[in-house]
Parts: sequence; structure tokens; C-alpha cells
Amino acid sequence: MASDRLFGRPKMPQRPVSERVRDFFEVPLGLPEDVAIAEARRCLQCKKPSCVKGCPVEIDIPGFVALLAQGKFDEAIAKIKEKNSLPAICGRVCPQEDQCEKECVLGKKGQPIAIGYLERFLADYEREKGVKTPPLPSPVPRKVAVIGSGPAGLTCAGELAKMGYQVTIFEALHAPGGVLIYGIPEFRLPKAIVRQEVEYVQSLGVEIQVNAVIGKTFTLDDLRDAGYEAFFIGTGAGLPYFLNIPGENLNGIYSANEFLTRSNLMKAYLFPRYDTPIKVGRRVAVIGGGNVAMDAARTALRLGAEEVCLVYRRTKKEMPARIEEVERAEEEGVNCIILTTPVRFIGNENGWVTGMECIQMELGEPDESGRRRPVPVPGSEFVIPVDTVVVAIGQGPNPLLLQTIKGLALNKRGYIVADPETGATNLRGVFAGGDIVTGAATVISAMGAGKRAARAIDRFFKDPDSFPQWR
Amino acid sequence: MAKILKKEVLTPQMKLMVVEAPWVAKKAKPGQFVILRVNEEGERIPLTIADFDPLLGTVTIIFQEVGKTTMMLGELNEGDAILDFVGPLGREIEEKYFGHVVCVGGGVGIAPTYPKAKALKACGNRVTSIIGARTASLLFWEDKMRAVSDVLYVTTDDGTYGEKGFVTHVLGRILRSEKVDLVVAVGPVMMMKMVSLLAKDHGVPVLVSLNPIMVDGTGMCGCCRVTVDGQCRFTCVDGPVFDGWKVDFDELLKRQRTYLEEERRALDLYLAEKAKEEVTHGF
Repeated sequence: MASDRLFGRPKMPQRPVSERVRDFFEVPLGLPEDVAIAEARRCLQCKKPSCVKGCPVEIDIPGFVALLAQGKFDEAIAKIKEKNSLPAICGRVCPQEDQCEKECVLGKKGQPIAIGYLERFLADYEREKGVKTPPLPSPVPRKVAVIGSGPAGLTCAGELAKMGYQVTIFEALHAPGGVLIYGIPEFRLPKAIVRQEVEYVQSLGVEIQVNAVIGKTFTLDDLRDAGYEAFFIGTGAGLPYFLNIPGENLNGIYSANEFLTRSNLMKAYLFPRYDTPIKVGRRVAVIGGGNVAMDAARTALRLGAEEVCLVYRRTKKEMPARIEEVERAEEEGVNCIILTTPVRFIGNENGWVTGMECIQMELGEPDESGRRRPVPVPGSEFVIPVDTVVVAIGQGPNPLLLQTIKGLALNKRGYIVADPETGATNLRGVFAGGDIVTGAATVISAMGAGKRAARAIDRFFKDPDSFPQWR
Repeated sequence: MAKILKKEVLTPQMKLMVVEAPWVAKKAKPGQFVILRVNEEGERIPLTIADFDPLLGTVTIIFQEVGKTTMMLGELNEGDAILDFVGPLGREIEEKYFGHVVCVGGGVGIAPTYPKAKALKACGNRVTSIIGARTASLLFWEDKMRAVSDVLYVTTDDGTYGEKGFVTHVLGRILRSEKVDLVVAVGPVMMMKMVSLLAKDHGVPVLVSLNPIMVDGTGMCGCCRVTVDGQCRFTCVDGPVFDGWKVDFDELLKRQRTYLEEERRALDLYLAEKAKEEVTHGF
């Protein structure tokens, strides 16, 4: 096989570090047309494509790649949209290297097709042209309430609307989009794209009610009284975890959720044009090794920090973040301090954090996650001077809504117990999906769950007795 | 959007607004709060619900103009709308019979004291209330507080009205001479701290209502975390009402000062902008 076919994968053009590190504009620029077509031509068009199996929403990947290779962009994006209504988002934030691209046959001996780049190319092509609303079916007079407007909720609502159902999304914050709006920074996912995808879902007939905290403003029973017959809970994993070590409430210590919400949702990076402030000192430490930690570290740099270090208790190999994101963070100057964990924070008399005492770790036996467990090295304590700390060690389920739904079955970690195929919970007519079921995962897996739940809700309306758990 | 149905100037810097928010009014309980945002560029600020009427679908808020956001809010008039108005958030106080309850409201904290005193009175408690302000012109709602209290004491720091001194002076006197089963306090952090220490000395439980900085108000960000009994709690979902004996008030005081510099800067810019506008209009 020609080496071009095996190793011809293009590099994503991106803005140079010196230019991008002080602003919030998007970093990767997207493939030019000729490069995208050449890459699509590299595809082997396998008879039994394994890439599709790696996609949580089962996009017909060889199908859209073949159309792209022929220059049929409209047909190619339509092919993606048969399965995925948010391609501009997935083309940017999906961890393709762990999904479709991981399964690509070319990857065994060479480089896998850049499926994610191609998806983004087509989504951007369509966005520039103006997205058309597909013809809508005649309305079905059954009301569905979708709680949460993140990837799971938007997908579920969009799919149901395409079947003709009357769907209302209830969102607690003042803007729809969930983690796409409050969590992922502008430089990785421009908010204009999220807005456009939300508008697309609205154009399908979905109503979005913001400032509605289900469990507080309305209960599920209120919604039932208002005529809603089926419910999809997609409230995500929004409860920030803290380290629970001394000094954690000192000023200057943020949860990643707070830091990113201030910057992304509230646009604190535009203070004082926007009113919400954010404090970033000279030296910033981010604790954690996931995508959220990378987002926080890169945000801190853009907010003017001189030094940003990322403190992670395992090694780079175990970091849950996408390799691409770790690379970009390092390129931009984020200093990864591995095998290290904080044990306490040190503050001054005004209550501001000034330092972080850390201890070095070594890897011991594998734990239940299969990764080697980090063990502290006695006597290895040292202090990192800091002005700002962002704790990005994960999120859990927000109990606000769940504790108001009587009888809803939760697992011991507080997540909703739901059938992985249908999203059905133990309560009749109540479905759930995304991070609130699985724990913090990916945008695309939440979308997959939203889609499966939409199909199941349709089945529930047509054949309510087909759910054994509610008989 | 929540329409402002009525606006009242209570004191030069303190304003009352009755807002149309039927869903919030229907669910509101004494002790809960709302989060609002005045415009697209605005921040989200929490305000305690001062009164609510589920039948009329209205919620009353009272605020002191201390920064840019509250000033912009204060400039809105009857018929205008508040862009975002979400709630009711937080937990309510327990509405039950305790016996003799002393309600203490300081400054703008008189407003959130009112619905609590009212609810506790309705549960059959004997309610003694103490309201205080720096000076007579900053006092408000004396009549409303009197209507829901068996006895009402009024103090001003400078003695321009009522008894001269702090609310804690009156509270101390009551604690020494009468049997008290519960103290409820809302006001500046320092006042709530002093009230809590005093009540603790007499072995009387205290419920305080905390007012830290918040962003989302739904337990998502942890900005409002406080230490209560050595544990980290989120005011927005675990509070805002906490056991006053156990709250780390000093930490709360420090955390409230996090953005002092930025708040000052935003306010100065806003005032300069306003001054410029006035000059332009003058021509």
C-alpha cells in the first residue's frame, strides 16, 4: 500500500501560540477544502466498517466520507445529520482518538482517517451556507418535558420534535446549552456555534424555558399537572468535587465549575464590559488531569497569568484529558507537574491563598479503574507558591432535582439508575441520560443517550406496556 | 423577564420592588432567595425574598444600592422588566412552634427577617422582634414588623430613633431576663456573628441567614461555600439558613471581600459613564 494512503493524515492548521495565548478565539482553524477531500479519498471504504462501531451515535462514516471525497458536501452533511444533529460541536469536542478513529483499519499500520476533522469541515461548510430546517411532520399532541439543555437534552428534544411531539426544555440557567455554554471555553467551542445549534433545535419546534429550576420553580408533579406525559432528565454532572484538605476555602481557590462558569457563561474575560469579575493572579495552579483541567489552565493563561502549572497525582499517561488538549496546553506554556498532590493550602492574614503544600506520589498497584494507584512518598512535601488555584478533580450528580422526585432510584454514587438501551428509570414515563446516569463522560455519549431515550419515548407513547419495568 | 409592578424608595439607598413572578411566588417559603440579572452583560446576584403573594403571583425584593448591579436595578421603574429572575432557591426555615422566638433584623436584613417573623408568628410562636439601623433614615418596615411581632424593639447606632445602640444590646437584655427558645438573625455578617455568640452564651439556638457571593445559586459552582461545624457547605443549596453557633463567620467575612477591587472598579466606571450621560443630556 502506498505510504500516502497509510500516513497521509493531515495536521489540523491552528493559530500560532504567540497569537492565540492572549485571546479567546478558536485555536484550530479547520481543514481547507482540498485537504479535506484528499483525506476523504484516503478512506478504504471497508465493507464492514469498524469505525461506525466506535461511534456512540453510529454515524455512517464511510458513507459521508465517500460523499465528501466526491465533493458532494450537501449530501455528506445530510448523511451525518441522519444520526447526529450537532456535528459542529462533535467535530470539535469528541475524543475521536478513543472512538471512531481508534477503530479505523488504517490506524493499525498507519494513521487513521481524520474523521473528526472531516465532520467539522462539513459542519462548518453547512453553517456558512445557512442551515436549513428539515420538513417537519404533522404535530402529535403529546407533551414531553426535557430537563436540562446540555447535549443530552438538546439531542433528545430535537429527535422528539422531528417525530412531531410537543417538546419543552427546562433550563436552570439563563442561557441554554448546559456544559457547552458554561463549561467548554470559547477557544475550544465558539459560543456562536452552540447558539446556532440551539436555534436549530428551536426551529424544529422545541420550546426552551430558561430560569426554570426543576425541583424548585417547578416539580415533576407540576409538569405532569401541566399536561406533560413523558420526561427526560439530562441534568448532567454539575456538582463540583473539592479536595477536602485544610485551607480550601481561602480566597483565590475556585472549583473548575466556578472558574469556567465565570469566564464562559458570565464572560468574566470581558470584565469590566461584562459585570462578573474573575481573579487570576500571577501564579496559577490547576489540580487535575482531565479536559476540564486543561480548559481551566488555558483559560488562566488567557486571563493574564504569568505561570500556570497543572498538578496531577498520576503520570501523563494516565491523564483522562485528550492528548491533543494536553499538547495544546503544554505548547501554550502550561507546566505539568505530575505525580504530585496538594495536602493543604497556605494563606495570608487577609484570607488569600499564597501557597500550596504538595506531596510527591509514586504509582502502586492498579486500582478499580485499572490505573495504577498513586501512593504518597513520605517526607517529600514541598510548597508551590500560588495566587490562584483551580480545583478540577471531577464533578458529581447535583442532588437538587433528584431529591425532589419521590421514589426515583439512584445508585450508591447518587446517579440515576436507567436502562442503558432506553434510558427508562424505575418511574413510569421518566427517562434519563447523559452524565446524570453515567457520571462525567463525553458530549457524544450524552447525545447518544438522548437519542436512544427519544426513540424509547416514542415507543412509550405508541406501546406503553412494552416497558417491562413499569408493568 | 419579570415585570416590576411597584417600586418604593424606602430610604435614600434602599429600594423595594414588587415583581411579577407567579411561579416563584407560588413556591416561595420564608428564608428562600432569588437570583436575578439586570441585563445581558450583568452579573447574577442573589436577593432574599422579602415577601411573596402566591395569589397575586408577586414577589417583593428589597435591596441596598451598594454596587453597579444594585444601582442599575434601582434605576428600573414600574413597568420595566428584570431580565432574569429565578427561584425560589435555597431551603426555607422550619415553620413550627418553638415557643418564644426573638427575630433580629439589621439594616437591609430587616427585609428577609419579615417573612420569617410572619411565618413563625403564624405557627403560634411568641415573637419578639428587634430591628436596627445605623441611623433613623435607614430604617424601614417598622409597621410591618410590628404587625407580626408581639413586641418590637427598634435601635439606631446614633440614637436618632428608638433606642441608641446595637440590636445586640437589646438582645442581651432579653436573653438575661426572659426565656428564649430560638433566635433568628439576618443582617451584616458581623451582626450575625455577635448575635450568635451572645445567644450561645445563654445556650439559646440561633438561625442565621448567610449572604455570600454566588454565581449560579443551584449548587453548581461552590462559590458560596461556608464552613459550618467544620464541614464545607454550599449556602445556595444547603442554606442560606444555618445554625449560628457553628458558622465560621470570619471566613465568610473574608470571602465576601474577594472582589472588592473589581466591584470598586465597575462602580467607578459606571458612575463616570452616568456623569458623562448627564452632561450630554444637559446640552
